Amino acid sequence: MTADGDPGTGIEAEPRFSTWTGKARGWMLHRLPPDKLLPEDQPSYVASWIYVFGMGAIAALVYIIVSGCVLALNGPAWYHVSGLGHFINSTHLWSVELFFMFMVIHLWGKYWMAAWRGGRVLTWITGMIAFVVSIVTAFTGYLLQTNFDSQWIAFQAKDALNAVGVGAWFNVANLGQILMWHITLLPLAVAGVVALHVLLVRMHGVVPPLEAAATDAQLQQDLPDSAAGEGKHL
Amino acid sequence: MSRKPDPMSWRKRDDIASRPWRGRAREYDLFKELTVGVVVVGLLVLGLSAVLSSPDDPSVTLKSWASAAPSDFVATATAELGGTSDTAGYGPPYNTTADASQKLGPIDLQTFSGVRIPVDTANDFVINPLKSLPAPSTAVSEWAVGTDKQHTDWTAAYSDALSKAPDNDPAQVGRGDYGPVPALTGALLTMAQQGALDGVLQANGSFYSTDYTPSILFLGDGTYFPGLADTAHLTGDQWGMMNETGNYPGQSWLWLFSFLYQVEPVKSSPNADILVVSIMVLLTLLLTFVPFIPGLRSLPRRIPIHRLIWKDYYRRR
Repeated sequence: MTADGDPGTGIEAEPRFSTWTGKARGWMLHRLPPDKLLPEDQPSYVASWIYVFGMGAIAALVYIIVSGCVLALNGPAWYHVSGLGHFINSTHLWSVELFFMFMVIHLWGKYWMAAWRGGRVLTWITGMIAFVVSIVTAFTGYLLQTNFDSQWIAFQAKDALNAVGVGAWFNVANLGQILMWHITLLPLAVAGVVALHVLLVRMHGVVPPLEAAATDAQLQQDLPDSAAGEGKHL
Repeated sequence: MSRKPDPMSWRKRDDIASRPWRGRAREYDLFKELTVGVVVVGLLVLGLSAVLSSPDDPSVTLKSWASAAPSDFVATATAELGGTSDTAGYGPPYNTTADASQKLGPIDLQTFSGVRIPVDTANDFVINPLKSLPAPSTAVSEWAVGTDKQHTDWTAAYSDALSKAPDNDPAQVGRGDYGPVPALTGALLTMAQQGALDGVLQANGSFYSTDYTPSILFLGDGTYFPGLADTAHLTGDQWGMMNETGNYPGQSWLWLFSFLYQVEPVKSSPNADILVVSIMVLLTLLLTFVPFIPGLRSLPRRIPIHRLIWKDYYRRR
């Protein structure tokens, strides 16, 4: 950083950075200052059950990752022969089911809010990519059950993948290949896209209601609390 | 006259949706919400796991197939020898069978991908496993010196005879010119029933192998394995993608993918798979890029579900 301000005028100037690191820090602080990254308040309109499903999906993802790590400790066939392994496998399955349930509700909620408005299009697109990559990840998980179900899924699913030329490179009957995709490549992709999605949500904030107008009570700075409901002004 | 800006647009402009919110706020604790979410979802996960557990039906082996349905096993092995099985006629990526690939108009991605996982059903599924035995049957040598026409004639005659035999039982097949085929399929049946074929077919001559392609394809060419899937409601025409063994939910998020297989003209199309995948790719792209599509992006304004979501806000305007 080369200058903090002009001591002669007493006016705080925008910090200037000369190194790559400094410029990156400046860019990040400008786009996502700490109070936006970890906020202690939200706009008054963020008051609906629909808002809990995004966080619910992240919470479910935590359990997917934790249970997946435990399963990874002993390999894909462990849960066939261990009561504890079978229970951990059950938590992996049910956290995935909940993850998708929460994510689908979150996705459609955001659609009906038209949440891409006001420069939030990348937030919407990263959310969709997270959904699609999650579907592929879950699919590879079903192929790894090493039981009758995974045998049948491998046999059936090959046709759709072969028909579009993907099966030649992504062979669902090749357990080793699918295992590596499921425990390395795809979790990294899901985690990366979800992290980017959450950062974009924090950067751009939650989209305001459709048809919100400057004359709305919630946007009037001088209204008494009793007229505008709970909360404070940002 | 300038056009009125579309309120559903994704663009950043000088409007309320684009500006940082300057109105009333409510207290919010991100970490507290995350903690509550993790606790609640954790209780749900543990509760569902404890009460409902998870399915785990044992896999089918070539041994269990050969023991439970020897007639089906022999008929399938005969089809593999004669090159008339589903796998033998599949086309890319397993073999070069002409006109076997699925197409979308002139687009033939299956052929374009090439034969990257070559499978020669006669040799890979029958002859080579029999050659791995300590004392291979003389039938293997007899097959090796036979011409392609003889191979075709022998297997066709034996397949026909099997289909006419009582219970398709190989032991009750009438006399005919089947060459070494009955001996080959009989030896393979014995090998499978003893449990030797599973390892040989999967390992494919090496010690390590995590590729189950030959075993899965061989199993799928018979009627025993698909029959078990049918009983478990897992086949494509039973919305199998969304089902699991037992009464557990499968990949229910693939409901639309599964639905498309149930309706005409996809249902009876020889190109059903590429049609379904193409439709799903198109629909996924539409949803991904819906902010850029006039009309689709305006539906949330026309169908006012947002009135329910933000009912407190609208009530206090």
